[in-house]
Amino acid sequence: MSHPAETLQLLAPDGRLVEDERTERYRPVVESLDESLLQRFHRTMSVIRAFDIEAGNLQRQGQLALWIPSLGQEAAQVGSGYAARAQDHIFPAYREHAVGHIRGLDVVQIIAMLRGLSHGGWVPEEVGNFHLYTLVIGSQTLHATGYAMGVQFDGLVGTGDAERDTAVLVYFGDGATSQGDVNEAFVFAQSYQTPQVFFLQNNHWAISVPVSVQSRTPLYRRPEGFGIPSIQLDGNDVLASYAVTRERLDAARAGEGPQFIEALTYRMGAHTTSDDPTKYRTADEVEHWRQRDPIARFETYLRGRGASEQFFADVAAEAADFAADARRRTLELTPPPAESMFAHVYSEPHPVMQAQAEWLRSYEASFEGEGA
Amino acid sequence: MTDTLGTSAAVGRAVDATGVEGATPAAATPASVITGGGVRTLPMAKALNAGLAAAMAADEKVVLLGEDIGPLGGVFRVTENLQRDFGPRRVLDTPLAESGIVGAAIGLAMRGYRPVVEIQFDGFIFPAFDQITTQLAKLTARHEGSLSLPVVIRVPYGGHIGAVEHHQESPEAYFAHTAGLRLVSPATPHDAYWMIQEAIASDDPVMFFEPKSRYWPKGEVNLDASGAPLHASRVVRTGTDVTVVGHGAMVSMLLDAAALAEEEGTSIEVLDLRSLSPIDYGPILDSVRRTGRLVVAQEAPGSVSIGSEIAATVSEKAFFSLEAPVIRVSGFDTPFPPAKLEGAYLPDVDRILDGVDRALSY
Repeated sequence: MSHPAETLQLLAPDGRLVEDERTERYRPVVESLDESLLQRFHRTMSVIRAFDIEAGNLQRQGQLALWIPSLGQEAAQVGSGYAARAQDHIFPAYREHAVGHIRGLDVVQIIAMLRGLSHGGWVPEEVGNFHLYTLVIGSQTLHATGYAMGVQFDGLVGTGDAERDTAVLVYFGDGATSQGDVNEAFVFAQSYQTPQVFFLQNNHWAISVPVSVQSRTPLYRRPEGFGIPSIQLDGNDVLASYAVTRERLDAARAGEGPQFIEALTYRMGAHTTSDDPTKYRTADEVEHWRQRDPIARFETYLRGRGASEQFFADVAAEAADFAADARRRTLELTPPPAESMFAHVYSEPHPVMQAQAEWLRSYEASFEGEGA
Repeated sequence: MTDTLGTSAAVGRAVDATGVEGATPAAATPASVITGGGVRTLPMAKALNAGLAAAMAADEKVVLLGEDIGPLGGVFRVTENLQRDFGPRRVLDTPLAESGIVGAAIGLAMRGYRPVVEIQFDGFIFPAFDQITTQLAKLTARHEGSLSLPVVIRVPYGGHIGAVEHHQESPEAYFAHTAGLRLVSPATPHDAYWMIQEAIASDDPVMFFEPKSRYWPKGEVNLDASGAPLHASRVVRTGTDVTVVGHGAMVSMLLDAAALAEEEGTSIEVLDLRSLSPIDYGPILDSVRRTGRLVVAQEAPGSVSIGSEIAATVSEKAFFSLEAPVIRVSGFDTPFPPAKLEGAYLPDVDRILDGVDRALSY
């Protein structure tokens, strides 16, 4: 459960910068981060945590069918999310609420999915190229690879133009590494040298199955067998997540082929609100990770840099407002009309969709005037 | 049955040719991609090759992905010389992973490409079943219409070629059951030529089932033909006593059966479905309302199949026109047997005529 020696860490759990030979190459990046970006890291982690807790509350109050908590994984997501450039494309799994928020997705659209009102439905190009959630584990890795093949065919790799060169960042979890599709994505990415970063959030649990059942080797060592450069980092260290993801995205955009990051983190909550983690893991283990909380660690760091009490109070207020606003707007969400289910099954007109939509309309119309 | 023997021999030739062609440097191979217009006599494999070439020439976003489709030209040579003429960026020999191929094609389509995937054989499509049915078929709805996925999946299918297990199957019903996909299957070289181009032009995912026992028999192809509606069935032969419908390789067999029946005084109307999803019921219902009898023939097992669906729908929509129950003539509900038994498994002219006799017995 503790981090092995090979795990890259730029910010230690006590909030101090780690300064050794390994971290040296990342120091210029860390030093280049201005105070406002550092504060934004903290603000985003805090806001998303508040939102996440509120969404869980909404589920418990019967307002959502399900919630998928991301609590504890904020640093992995926020660091990597801010590392991507505007033109990059992001393929999430289904727990990357913070990344979506960073890219401009209204998180209430995630809520709408879990309230049973949509299957996603946002337009990736309108929300920072943040693609839809994919619930079948690992399927999105292949879409990301195919997308990255297209980026390469479009001539947007290795031109040296930082505003044009494009990479694809794909998220998945430790359970997904056992899926055939994920391994096929590694193969295809390597075959076509795609401009792509595989970002594994190893939160140690695939619902109830520990990562030790998924793999006998550290997961970051698997991509080496595919010929993909790989690194393991402390996923509760937002600076490491940011600096390494930025470096690897730069490499991918420059034409160095696919890259792999394993971020070691921990799912502090349940897999979803339907899960009961007390049945399969110990309170001691959870406590161990609570001591490594990503937000508390970064707060200590910022305080060490002189962030004011007022700043933290403002962030707390903003987080509370954000969560309250999400709650208010959640309660305003209403189901779409029934006939919408027929509308977009196909892009072009389809006789079966038309006939069944028409049948449903006339069936429902047959009840008009009855009862009331 | 002569058809079966003929195509089996053709398979032998194709396989024998593999080593020779593989050893020939691509650049030295004489041009065999059909270009230009006019009416040519071509086998379906060549007609498809010409259709793919035309689609690729018309739209640079069209890219081909598959196993062995580059220098080899595919195991059935449908993509022969296309990599030579359009380059390795347009014709991709992929790693050997069907789910990977379809998943990558989805990503390419998200990026604005129009991928055409070749699945090497019918029975090899199932590793890609998840990507096809849970991703490709559903992503447009999941995006509430903001994303189109113009992906074509070419599937050589069907028996009568004497091949080993997993190489002779007819899996179309699995996919016809899945909303979000379109399924078509040409029966003639000419239809193959224009239908593949229409499939590529469609903004929806299209599964393009190619009857591989019909890859080699030749037919006239009008290379100037502009596309007809992709999902329109057609009356191939008019008749008055019984309507028979089928798709793909079954159509030529239905015509053979109709010719034999005519000698015995039975007039059979033959319809080629062309489209399996959606099914174009208009011509079928028109025909059944005239003949009062319907036989549906297919190589696939009969239970829960295309034929079952047609029987149910015709029973609903033309019940008072029917003089007899709808008869299904199909493969048995068994795994596809070893090749030496395929003659007993697959419908042939005699089984079709038996079905016609049963329909006429009411």
